[in-house]
Amino acid sequence: MGYFNQYVRAESLEEAYGLYQKKNNFVLGGMLWLKMRKRPFGTAIDLSDLGLDQIEEDEKEFRIGAYVSLRELETNEALNTYTKGAFAESVKHIVGVQFRNVATVGGSLWGRYGFSDVMTIFRAMGAKVQLHHAGILDLDEFVKMPRKTRDILVSVIVPKKVKAVVYLSQRNQSTDFPVLTCAVAKREEGYVAAVGATPHLAENVWDKEGILTEINEESIEKFAAKVAEQIRFGSNMRAGAAYRRIVCQVLVKRALHTIVAENNGEEEKC
Amino acid sequence: MEVTITLNGKKITDSVDADMVLLDFCRKHKCFSVKRGCETGNCGLCSVLLDGKPVLSCSVPIGRASGRKVDTLEGLQEEAKKFSDFFAAQGADQCGFCNPGYIVNIVALLRENPDPTDEEILEYLSGNLCRCTGYQSQLRSLRNYLNSKKEAAPLDLEAEVYGADIGREWKHE
Repeated sequence: MGYFNQYVRAESLEEAYGLYQKKNNFVLGGMLWLKMRKRPFGTAIDLSDLGLDQIEEDEKEFRIGAYVSLRELETNEALNTYTKGAFAESVKHIVGVQFRNVATVGGSLWGRYGFSDVMTIFRAMGAKVQLHHAGILDLDEFVKMPRKTRDILVSVIVPKKVKAVVYLSQRNQSTDFPVLTCAVAKREEGYVAAVGATPHLAENVWDKEGILTEINEESIEKFAAKVAEQIRFGSNMRAGAAYRRIVCQVLVKRALHTIVAENNGEEEKC
Repeated sequence: MEVTITLNGKKITDSVDADMVLLDFCRKHKCFSVKRGCETGNCGLCSVLLDGKPVLSCSVPIGRASGRKVDTLEGLQEEAKKFSDFFAAQGADQCGFCNPGYIVNIVALLRENPDPTDEEILEYLSGNLCRCTGYQSQLRSLRNYLNSKKEAAPLDLEAEVYGADIGREWKHE
């Protein structure tokens, strides 16, 4: 197989950072995507001992360590109460429980994969990433960083500025890669829709004109059309661009309907 | 590289290649129930319990498993015995190749959630591929096993499993 020649358990982030400066070395995530590579690496850097597998919550934000597994995102109570199960929905279609126990949040984000469900929901929620040297960056900035950047992703920070978020995805077959992923969030600044697996990297579309200040059938329709217009769709073996555009509109509409229904439910309770 | 792994309750120290995966370690130490099905992390055949959590052993570098506890089907015989008869009775193990992975994952499911619904079962087991059966027989047999526990019925395979369940526990359309 020949994946790598050496394995090092880093004792500090600085040590890992130092090792990672060498071109042929790499930081281990879940090793699910990396092992598909044919060419061997030099040294594998494992951050298992650095305690990055914790989800911490305070009044302002959630701090999700880079080594938190996708399964943990799915089952974490605090996170799923806050998002009304959107995190569970976003990852539960990814292969299987055993896979999600291995796959890490850090790996999913660092790879900046177009098909990433995790990236889509984090983008909609306005997450930030903490890199060891570059510090805290908005996810929007992070995705623009060159892929050759040799830094270490320490944690993902989700500010508690999201009033509601709904996640939906479309797959040709359950547990397959998605044809389209979609997360719609109501943030303090307004509504935002993140659409991924287009098959490009997830992008955000903001409701800048305030189409959704008054939510009704018409404005939902209009916003969905706007999202579909602004996103760049492409074709691959899973679906064509035209099909994706139609699916995108449907998913955005469904997500908005769900947000409205959830809101109404709350008002009634009050 | 030197690693120490508690494999099925037995502490094993071995010198291995740095890029060995847990799957090969298990097989090297005579746990042949762990199989390499797809090599892409999709099929679930290589499932083992790492510190009690089901993982794909084909994707766990051996260094990461070092110092931890690994359980394969060989070490879970007692727990597996309870429902493996139900599996056989429903023909859920036609060629049998996917079975070890299946059973390890079911053990994990039942430890986590002793009374799952059909939907929860399908969801939890969605990472185990079986090319023979179409998944209905696995679901039926697990449903039968859970029902047999609930009603505190004696373990009578003929009465509980064969035919008696059709249209009762599992409505197939």
